[in-house]
Amino acid sequence: MNQQGELIQVNSDQDVVRVRQLVRTVAVAVKLSLVDQTKLVTAASELARNTLVYGGGGTVEVTTVDNGRRPGIRIVFADQGPGIVDLDLAFTDGYTTGSGLGLGLSGARRLVDEFDIVTAPGAGTSITVTKWCR
Amino acid sequence: MTLTAEEAARFAGLLEDNSDALVATWTERVAATLRGRLSHAELQRQHSELRKAFQQALSGGAQAIGDEPAAELRAQLSDLSASRARQGFSVTETAVSVFAFKAAVLTIVDQGGGSEAALRDYVALSAFVDEAALFTSDSYVRVREELIADQAEQLLELSTPVVKLWEGVVAVPLVGTLDSARAQVVMERLLQTLVDTGSPYAIIDITGVPAVDTQVAQHVLKTVVAARLMGADCIISGIRPQIAQTIVALGIEFGDIATKASLADALRYVLGKTGQAKRLGR
Repeated sequence: MNQQGELIQVNSDQDVVRVRQLVRTVAVAVKLSLVDQTKLVTAASELARNTLVYGGGGTVEVTTVDNGRRPGIRIVFADQGPGIVDLDLAFTDGYTTGSGLGLGLSGARRLVDEFDIVTAPGAGTSITVTKWCR
Repeated sequence: MTLTAEEAARFAGLLEDNSDALVATWTERVAATLRGRLSHAELQRQHSELRKAFQQALSGGAQAIGDEPAAELRAQLSDLSASRARQGFSVTETAVSVFAFKAAVLTIVDQGGGSEAALRDYVALSAFVDEAALFTSDSYVRVREELIADQAEQLLELSTPVVKLWEGVVAVPLVGTLDSARAQVVMERLLQTLVDTGSPYAIIDITGVPAVDTQVAQHVLKTVVAARLMGADCIISGIRPQIAQTIVALGIEFGDIATKASLADALRYVLGKTGQAKRLGR
């Protein structure tokens, strides 16, 4: 059973803050544990910033989901940016084309339960992450 | 329907002839909306000046608010919006001063018999006044945006204090979102305080930072490295359990930087290192 999600346009640093606040609110609402809340909010912060910095802005959609046994949160980060050429390289800890630590993408994958990425050079990037209640 | 030159001239005459009655009706109406938040005398002064400006604009042949003869009127309206915005009035309460002008003019047109021609004139004037009201709302919004920008800047200053905790120990309690602009302010303040106080130790407390992501970590790490270059040792405190687990999962390395769970732990650690704790009999 999927519920109607909330969509946020990400075009500035303030929008990343809004994404964080929304994810935290939803995480509290589905009763994620404090550790999982923090992990998901941090992952959302990383990915939303990637959408902004590397994707040139995009959208973030937060939906609550239920797999029949437990509830969870699904977040989709989509941009129409340049896409990722070498996924293996992008997921290497410490690798960055920008000026960050190079841990955002790989770190975010370790912070969530499910991580799905669809990207192609020139065709934008779409990342779907899911965190389930324990 | 735009105002023709003759209509404008006729209204200029009307405003001239009925100035006192017009300002009185106008002030009464606006005073009722603002419910005593501005004194009657103040409103009367504003309205008689606005009336003069309207009259000037109309007798000068202004057909739209952007026209040259309406320059004085625009300046008056901007002043009005600015003062109302700063006094905390809403945009409605500001625009009402202009809209009520129409009602006041209509009362006078009615008293003059209210012929069909006069009413047609009134409709044309109405469009002109609406433009003036829109202009007022626009300048109101502009002033409010300036206010917000000013406040954001003040908040930036407010939210990054560097405090002296002990002789030779300064602390930076970080609260809220640590973006690049704030991180820059924090680093500058901390480094300057280290010089001013000659402190060999600095504690960066992140208890109030809701999410420690790679950007926050990077800013904190840079600050620590800069402080070290100046010979000061940095301790990061306020690492709560959930933050610790998140940092581990993200793969952020704090290397040989001392980290503590609470500010108290960090202070105890520093005092232990300097031997001051023993002197205090602990």
